[in-house]
Amino acid sequence: MDIMIDKLILYFEYPFVRYALIVSVLISLCASLLGVPLVLKRFSFIGDGLSHVAFGAFAVAVILNPINIMLIIAPITVFCAILLLRTGQNSKIKGDASLAILSVSSLAIGYLLMNVFSTSPNISGDVCATLFGSTSILTLSLLDVWICIIMSIFVIGIFLLFYNRIFSVTFDESFATATGTKASHYNLLIAVVTALVIVLAMNLVGALLVSALIIFPAITAMRIFKSFKGVVICAVIISVVCSTTGLLISILAGTPVGSTIVVTHLCIFAIFTGVKQLTRGRI
Amino acid sequence: MLLLNAQELCLGYEGKRVASSITFCVRPGDYLFIVGENGSGKSTLMKTVLGLLSPIEGEITLGDGLKHNEIGYLPQQTVVQRDFPASVREVVLSGCLKRSGPCLFYTREDKECAATNMEKLGISALSKHCYRELSGGQQQRVLLARALCAARKILLLDEPVAGLDPKAAMDMYQIIKELNEKHGLTIVMISHDVSAAIKYASHILHIKENSSFFGNKQDYLETDMGKNFSNIGER
Ligand SMILES: Nc1ncnc2c1ncn2[C@@H]1O[C@H](COP(=O)(O)OP(=O)(O)O)[C@@H](O)[C@H]1O
Ligand SMILES: [Mg+2]
Repeated sequence: MDIMIDKLILYFEYPFVRYALIVSVLISLCASLLGVPLVLKRFSFIGDGLSHVAFGAFAVAVILNPINIMLIIAPITVFCAILLLRTGQNSKIKGDASLAILSVSSLAIGYLLMNVFSTSPNISGDVCATLFGSTSILTLSLLDVWICIIMSIFVIGIFLLFYNRIFSVTFDESFATATGTKASHYNLLIAVVTALVIVLAMNLVGALLVSALIIFPAITAMRIFKSFKGVVICAVIISVVCSTTGLLISILAGTPVGSTIVVTHLCIFAIFTGVKQLTRGRI
Repeated sequence: MLLLNAQELCLGYEGKRVASSITFCVRPGDYLFIVGENGSGKSTLMKTVLGLLSPIEGEITLGDGLKHNEIGYLPQQTVVQRDFPASVREVVLSGCLKRSGPCLFYTREDKECAATNMEKLGISALSKHCYRELSGGQQQRVLLARALCAARKILLLDEPVAGLDPKAAMDMYQIIKELNEKHGLTIVMISHDVSAAIKYASHILHIKENSSFFGNKQDYLETDMGKNFSNIGER
């Protein structure tokens, strides 16, 4: 145990480890906040589709090579979020089919672009890193950390400010609209903020595993808690604890960060499901 | 002095007509029953009044300074997902959302309003319970409490007693009657229970495919549709 603590202390001397911890806590917090309305509105598919879009956008960004790749990834993903929301609500076009087209094409285009234009000798390594986030979390610059902090403050602020409206729109959209809340505005807000969080979270767990960060905490919290507030608070705590634990384990054991965090979430989910079964058995 | 005024409304979905030439108006303090067969377009009419749908033809105006955030609404079916985590208090409070205009958070008044309405409907003891674990009748009361929070001038109810047992249905009619008489709340209620309409309503709108009737209760009893019912009652 002492050796492990010493090892951790040693690691925390390095700024990139501290950056990784800050960023992972912030991103988990944001993802879990949004996860609750997304899961309840059956919008979690948007999270999944957008993570693929973000991968495609990442490939484009690497080629165009701007000052910061976020400047390209974020607008593309936000645009696709709006697009997905529109088609999802349109009963004439099947929402899931258009989503599948968008996410498969993004993956394909992303890989194609990386293959054709990449100057790096290790393309499959790069692709793997983007999809599964194996290393990028440990190569964050101070600028990345600041972007992440600002975006998180923005996301948390939006969520807290509009908490009551998000509840109302999520619980019963037609009542909310009938009494004067612009439900479609809030759906749009949620989709756009989700896109931003996905772009952020791609650094942490990689594009493919982003949806896990959004879905797991909400689903896990819903096993036990029965009020909206309870679920939101519990999801945030679970998410932050799991991501921190996952990150520390991956540093100590040298495992890939993203996968370790997701497996941690999976374990907690299993425990909560078990607890629920036990308590139900007693009643 | 008209709260609602609808002229020659034609209702439907995406060009498909459901009901046409509906004309009616609602004054403060009225208790309007909307009756008609299943599928005649009653719910469609209510959604149009609420602005969730737009009419194919005709227009409906809110008058007497009535704003959308002063309307309470009890939907016919609230498709809440089976696993939605929400406490009764959270649901009822969400009716207060637009009371204080653009304010983002619930004020003390809002919370008092929610508490009073839960008291009125006898669900105060359930306030911490999970909405989805309540019985149908209890859920209906919770949604009515939410609607009351929003209803400062007018309350629209879409088949509030459907699916309730006779006792709970009687209670519901009684509660609504009191709201109308004691609190002066204007009520618009959809029902296909014409006998209840004759018992409680001040005005009746009977939607039929081509000829709809609108008038006060006495006039309705003079019509063919109404005569049938008054005869049944006398027999
Ligand atoms: N969302 C919808 N889209 C298209 N048609 C609808 C929709 N909802 C209801 N309808 C049709 O409109 C007609 C009237 O429905 P409704 O207003 O619900 O009747 P009711 O009087 O029983 O409340 C029905 O024929 C129904 O099939
Ligand atoms: Mg109906």
